[in-house]
Parts: sequence; C-alpha cells; structure tokens
Amino acid sequence: MSKYAFFPGCVSRGGCPELYPAAMQVCRRLGIELEEMVGASCTGAGVLQEKNQFLGDVLNARTFAMAEWMGLPIMTICSTCQGVMSQANKRLTDDPEYLARVNAELAEEYLEYKGTTVVKHLLWIIIEDIGVETLKTHVRNPLTHLKVAPFYGCYILRPSNALGFKDYPGRETSLEELIEAIGGEVVNFSGKSRCCGFPILTINEANSVAMVGKHTSEAADMGADAMVTPCPLCHLNLDGYQPKAMAQSQRKTNLPILHLPQLMGLAMGLDPDELGLQKHIISTGDLVSKAVPA
Amino acid sequence: MDLAVKVRRYDPEAKEPIPYWSEYKVEVDEYTTVLDTLINIREDIDGTLSLRCSCRSAICGSCSMRVNGHAQLACKTRVSEIAPDGGSVTIEPMGNMEVIKDLVVDMTPFWDKVKAVDPWLQPEGPEPEGEYLAPNEDMLHLAGVMGCILCGACVSDCTVLEVDSNFLGPAALAKAYRFVADPRDSQEKPRLDSLRQYSGIWDCTRCMECVQVCPKGVAPMDRIMVMRDLAMNAGFDKEIGARHTDAFVELVSHSGRLDELKLPVKTVGMFNIRAMQSFAPVGLRALVRGKMPPIFHKMLPNVENVRRIFRKLEPKK
Repeated sequence: MSKYAFFPGCVSRGGCPELYPAAMQVCRRLGIELEEMVGASCTGAGVLQEKNQFLGDVLNARTFAMAEWMGLPIMTICSTCQGVMSQANKRLTDDPEYLARVNAELAEEYLEYKGTTVVKHLLWIIIEDIGVETLKTHVRNPLTHLKVAPFYGCYILRPSNALGFKDYPGRETSLEELIEAIGGEVVNFSGKSRCCGFPILTINEANSVAMVGKHTSEAADMGADAMVTPCPLCHLNLDGYQPKAMAQSQRKTNLPILHLPQLMGLAMGLDPDELGLQKHIISTGDLVSKAVPA
Repeated sequence: MDLAVKVRRYDPEAKEPIPYWSEYKVEVDEYTTVLDTLINIREDIDGTLSLRCSCRSAICGSCSMRVNGHAQLACKTRVSEIAPDGGSVTIEPMGNMEVIKDLVVDMTPFWDKVKAVDPWLQPEGPEPEGEYLAPNEDMLHLAGVMGCILCGACVSDCTVLEVDSNFLGPAALAKAYRFVADPRDSQEKPRLDSLRQYSGIWDCTRCMECVQVCPKGVAPMDRIMVMRDLAMNAGFDKEIGARHTDAFVELVSHSGRLDELKLPVKTVGMFNIRAMQSFAPVGLRALVRGKMPPIFHKMLPNVENVRRIFRKLEPKK
C-alpha cells in the first residue's frame, strides 16, 4: 500500500467538484492511501507569485513542512498545483540560505522545512509508484473503442528542470502511456502540450477562448472522442468555455473534457454518475455510451 | 550512426506553392549538430534547401528553428542528444512567423515589436564626461536578460501569438524589461504605462514555453511577471490583470484558499454589467449541471497562521 499526504487544491472542491470524489474512488481502487492535508493553503497558482514570490514560497514551504511532519510524500491532482509547488521546492532546496530565510517566517507556527518533501501528481504516482502493469489489473472495462486526446497543462511540463524530467524522462509522455494502459487509442495532436488559456480568461477572454477553440478543434478533427487532462483549470476552460469557442469559430466540436481520474474510473468500471460525468458543460452522454457496454 | 531527417519545405516560386516534407538519410556522429546536418544536406544532397545561419557558435541567433516540435538553435543542438539511438529528427521553420522559403522566416514583425519598446537607454540629466555609471550589484540582475541574442525561439513557441499576432511577445517584453529595470534609465514609469496596455504585459498567459525554449536562459516570462508587479507598484493597478492579481491575493489572504465564486466578481467589479452579462451564460450552465463552487466558502481550519504570514509579507496598502 502506498500512502501520501493528499493536497486536493482549491479547484477540486470548488469549480470542479466532480474531481475530488473521482480521484478518491480511483485511489481507493488502486490501494493508494491518502491522508488529507486539511491545513495546507493555496499554492498561489502562479498568480500570487507575480506579486510576491517569497510569500508564495513561504506558503508552499509551510505545506512541505507539514508533509515532512506527517512523514509522507505529497500527492496533487492538479497540474498547476504540481508545477507551482515543484518550482517552489526547487528554489527552496537549491539554496540553503534562502530556505533559512523562508523557515524564519514559519518559526512562529513551530514549523521548519528541512527540504525532503517529494511532491507528485497522481499521474506520476500511477506511472512511477503504482506501475502500469498494476493499473492494468484494475481495468474492468478497457476503453478500446475510445480515441483520447491528452492535454497536460503547462505547469506539469514546464519548466522541465523544476519537474524532475531529467530523472524521470517518461513524465513527458506519461499521459499517453496511461491512456494506452487502460485500452484507449491516443490522439497525438500538437496542442497537447500547449496552453488552455485559463490564466488570461478574465484578462483577455477572446484570446483565451481562441485557445480553447484551437485545441478542441484540432483534437476533434483528428477523430478524438474525448480529451483528458490532469489539470482542473484546463478542464474549466476547455469544457466551460467550449460553447463560446464553438460560437466564435463556427465549428461544432462538442468534445467531452475528462479529468484524469474520471477516464481511469470509466476503465475501472466505476459508475459514471459517481465519477461526476453528468456535471460537465459539454455532455459526456455519447462518450459514456461508447465507453461503457450496455 | 544513420539518421532520417524530415524537413518541412516551402517554395514560394513553385507552380503550386504549398508546404511539403523532404526526407534525407544522413550519417552523423556524437558531435554532429542539427546545423551541421542541414549544411551537409544542402552541400551534398539537395542544394535547394534554404536556411539561415552564421556563427555556428550560439552567438548570432540566426539558426532558430523547430526541432522535434520545439524551437531551438540548430547550432547548439546535437543530434545525439535528441535522437540518441539514431532514428529520425523532424525540422520545421519557427512558428508564429511567415515562412519565406523552407526554414527561412520573415522576422520583420519580430523586429518591429522589439523597436516598439524603445530598446535604448534613456537617461536624464546632463551627459557625463565618461560612461553612465551604475553600481555593479544594481546591474547583476540584468545579466540574464542581456544575454538575449534575439534569435526568436521564444516568439516561435509563444502560445498567445498563436491566437493573437498583436501581442508584443516574449522577446520584445524581455527587451523592455532590460531597460525598465536598468538603474540608469529615467523612463521606467512611462515605459510601464505603455507596456501595461492592451497586447502588453497582462496578455501573457504564463505558459512558460518561452522560459523552456530560450537557449540563453533569458526567461522572458519571469521578466514579464516582474514588470506586472513593477507596474502595479507604480500605480497602474486599475488594469483588469492587476485587479485579478490583487483580488486573488486578497481572497487567499483572507481564507487561506481561493474563493472561486468571488474571484471573477472582485476582478471585474460587481457593477460591471457588461462583464457580468458575459459570465452569466457560463455560470448558468455550470449551475444547471451542479458544477459550482460552494456558496459558503470554507476557511482553512488554522487560517490565522496564513493571515499572519500575509500581514507580515504583503501588508495591505
């Protein structure tokens, strides 16, 4: 049994309330034991870091120190949380003097980060810790009829020197590996590593929605039945703003955007409603009929 | 080692000028660069292949192109690093620029945008007899950005430019930072005033492509983020981007986690009818599907510890 300190992130119980229960169910099936970090704050999502990176690093060091105290590695279910925490962890562990300055801010709470916490996204945990072969033994309903387009989210890919790609080169193609392991056919489209546009949604909606249109159209044109993402922020934009993108581009894509645990859950034979698939803006009805035999 | 090289071609003078692929089989060794490979192809196999190159030492910035999908300097990239067991390599011209022929792109818009940020020092006061002096420690943070060789790799892979050619882009904005943050320059505020406007610093989507592909470690996006903070501190805090950042920080400082319902409302303003109308269809669809953040946002159980950190490190103005 693998055990992790679970960092759910703000969105998995906020704008994407379907993600949290889907992740919990999948982890339970895979024997991943989770202890939730109820006192851990928001990572800053890169927005807070625009204004005050040191403050962001203090907040994340606080979370890492809590995990150290629990004696567990952290599991995330959000590319953005993963990336922001990985970048913070690199700054903190690269420079002992900087770490000492950050720790001085945590002293009042009797916390100290020693620099040993490992932060891993569920996607990486499955590939690296659980293993694809173990995952395959849990597949009850191989997704052999589904063409699935992977969409990573920027923060789980870049900058690669903060994300351990040197030690784990497979991370760059981990989503494809996972789709294939559960029986799906990968739609290898060029937009898979690009930006969904979410960070500029309120700032420049036209550009943000154009990005949604570009990626969903490309994947749909290549025959994708669905897109899967390990990032709930990408999901929010690609799913929630796809109707606007369709209106903007006059192109009917209607491409369901699944959270990673939802796609895995379908393959594991979990109930589509319990995975929250009915909560999406773009209907997943046809996809579920195709994926789950009647 | 045998290598298959697939090159994206385009000839504007062809009868039907449409892009196509050419494939070449070449022999390479451990030290062969992508540029060596292309020059060998041009000299020994296909004299019609066009590309730009000059110094072959990662200094001049002429040979940027997409290698296996990402912009890189061809002269700085060893084939053995990207295809360690041989196999194949795909080479395309840079993205976000018009192709003139094969791997040669039109960089006119690139230079126009660099020129648009007034990329020269504008000191004030009488001209000194010698050079303009600045303390060494005040210039050190500029060393990275001064390393820019204007190769265009960041612009090639910028995800905003893919959908909006008006965006100033990472290279011009990094150049702008080089003068905004120069202690000898007197125009910081007017420069920030111009950069905060449409198609400037707030239009970057923080995708980090430019940080990833820059061959010189300039990290344009990081410079853009610093300029956002500088602009806000200079009093340019009414932009929607600035309000978004301020709202985000305030909400997290209050409850320790993000209140997603309040963020857009605080950003655009409760009485911004037009923006609210724009949110309405999306919000309504989400409401119908049960895809909404909780109306009563929960605080972190030990939120006072987070608030204390905010009070000390980001005190309210």
